[in-house]
Amino acid sequence: MSRKSDEVTLMKGNEAIAHAAVRCGCDGYFGYPITPQSEILETLMEIEPWKTTGMVVLQAESEVASINMVYGAAGCGKKSMTTSSSPGVSLMQEGISYMAGAELPGVIVNVMRGGPGLGTIQPSQADYFQATKGGGHGDYRMPVLAPASVQEMADFTVLAFDLAFKYLTPAMILADGIIGQMMEKVVLPPFTPRRSEEEIRRECPWATLGKTQDRNPNYISSLELRSEEMEKINLRLQKRYREIEKNEVRYEEIQCEDADFIFVAFGTMARVCQKAVEIAREEGLKVGLIRPITLFPYPYNRIAELSEKVKGFISVEMSAGQMVEDVRLAVSGKVPVEFYGRMGGIVPSPEEVLNALKTKLL
Amino acid sequence: MNVKDIINPANLVYEKTTVMNDTPMHYCPGCSHGVVHKLLGEIIQEMDIQDKTIGVAPVGCGVFAYKYLDIDWQQAAHGRAPAVATAIKRLLPDRYVFTYQGDGDLAAIGTAETIHACSRGENIVFIYINNGIYGMTGGQMAPTTLPGMKSTTSPKGRDEKLEGHSLDMSKLLMHLDGVCYVTRQSVHTVASVRKTKRAIRKAFEYSMMNKGASVVEIVSTCSSGWRMSPADSNTWMEEHMFPVYAMGDLKDIE
Repeated sequence: MSRKSDEVTLMKGNEAIAHAAVRCGCDGYFGYPITPQSEILETLMEIEPWKTTGMVVLQAESEVASINMVYGAAGCGKKSMTTSSSPGVSLMQEGISYMAGAELPGVIVNVMRGGPGLGTIQPSQADYFQATKGGGHGDYRMPVLAPASVQEMADFTVLAFDLAFKYLTPAMILADGIIGQMMEKVVLPPFTPRRSEEEIRRECPWATLGKTQDRNPNYISSLELRSEEMEKINLRLQKRYREIEKNEVRYEEIQCEDADFIFVAFGTMARVCQKAVEIAREEGLKVGLIRPITLFPYPYNRIAELSEKVKGFISVEMSAGQMVEDVRLAVSGKVPVEFYGRMGGIVPSPEEVLNALKTKLL
Repeated sequence: MNVKDIINPANLVYEKTTVMNDTPMHYCPGCSHGVVHKLLGEIIQEMDIQDKTIGVAPVGCGVFAYKYLDIDWQQAAHGRAPAVATAIKRLLPDRYVFTYQGDGDLAAIGTAETIHACSRGENIVFIYINNGIYGMTGGQMAPTTLPGMKSTTSPKGRDEKLEGHSLDMSKLLMHLDGVCYVTRQSVHTVASVRKTKRAIRKAFEYSMMNKGASVVEIVSTCSSGWRMSPADSNTWMEEHMFPVYAMGDLKDIE
């Protein structure tokens, strides 16, 4: 806690999220244990932020309760978050949809494990559809950030809150079991004090902090029974999603300038593909990598641009092929888009994915 | 005495609480919700805590409670009001936080959230409207529906062998260490309205004394769901509901 902000430390991705949350002025964390992300709640309980920043940390009775606690805290304009892994995040979908409908900011972290069902505790990326296409009911989207390092686990905790409050929406960090469990160097974000109640009243005039004489009552709700009004709410939400698509696309390109073939991968798979690019280059193959950092909004335009000058793409995922659909949408048939994936918690090696590229594209 | 005398402030004997606004209520004639809303408004006004009170509305007929009482409200997902209220109270410990839930919300879909918020001893108030039926969706069987009682999903009457027993949430919650006050009241007579008001006020006061959770169950009528006139509903409630859901305090740690 007393560490200087530029100090490099070694920790797990899960621990980085916990420390980053405290440091960025998070007001409340509500969570339920599930492998492979229980270290987040454990770390918070260990460092006892309620004694320093006043942040509330509470182990809820379920993921359903956790996300609704985030709803309640967010309704008060507070920075609040929950973290879980795939089966738990499935349970949260109702609450996420309610938050989207009620236009509430909050952060949800999914440290993905293999499914379907109880599946496995090993890493997976098979919740891509759930995270990026709406998961819960109704027409909504939310910013989805895909960290590929422990550093990004810390950085994106801060960024996810910024996006959530900027666009009044839940925001998700979509990590996987490896990013959560892996230890790496990290520079934690500097300490930002929690906002005072006056600041919240100013910045979130909609927050339910108690009705004062100078304003009408505030109410947080996603209910509107009049069809015309409900459509207006939907149009407002859609307009906001278009804004997010316009402003918030983030991606990283590695050696795409002269590439003939491009890996498309996020999170852990991007790390594996980065190594595969190195090996390919040593062999004289012009291979690059585009790593979507935001999965919503998706870098369709950049992939479309790249499709003008490359011979093919291969989407590599720890799933049966989910993101590949977005790559195909972006490429729109101009060049081949192939897919390689493993499931059940298996992480393919760099050699394995490079071999897949050679087999499918060369 | 003419009208002018009657409305002379000196002769005023009753005034509607200013916390309750003039929005026409959607509740059916004979429904208990309106009376309980009024009591909440009166208590909030008398305690002068309008700026310190946050209500959490349920899914059910009470979903629109925020339209009628001029306080800050959050409308929770079905059954999740205790989780929402937990977070509000933990983050704003100097506010009065209450949930307003029906028996479908509190005793069926939200049973886990209710029990755990109570068990944790959250300093919140549960206003629990128990009319033994799902009112908003048109009169289906609730966990609290009495044996033999007819509903649209128990049209021949609730068969305990088939559909289980009536769930007495107050009797269950009183055993939890995090709960300081459990009482069962009604609002169908002048005397019962007054007793309910005292009970709700006590619960509000307890919530600021770090004593834990308070549950004020209000056994209520649902004339539409029960398919009875408001007057018949009151009689039926006394004759059938009260023997199962007995009036009075079940727990009070003073």
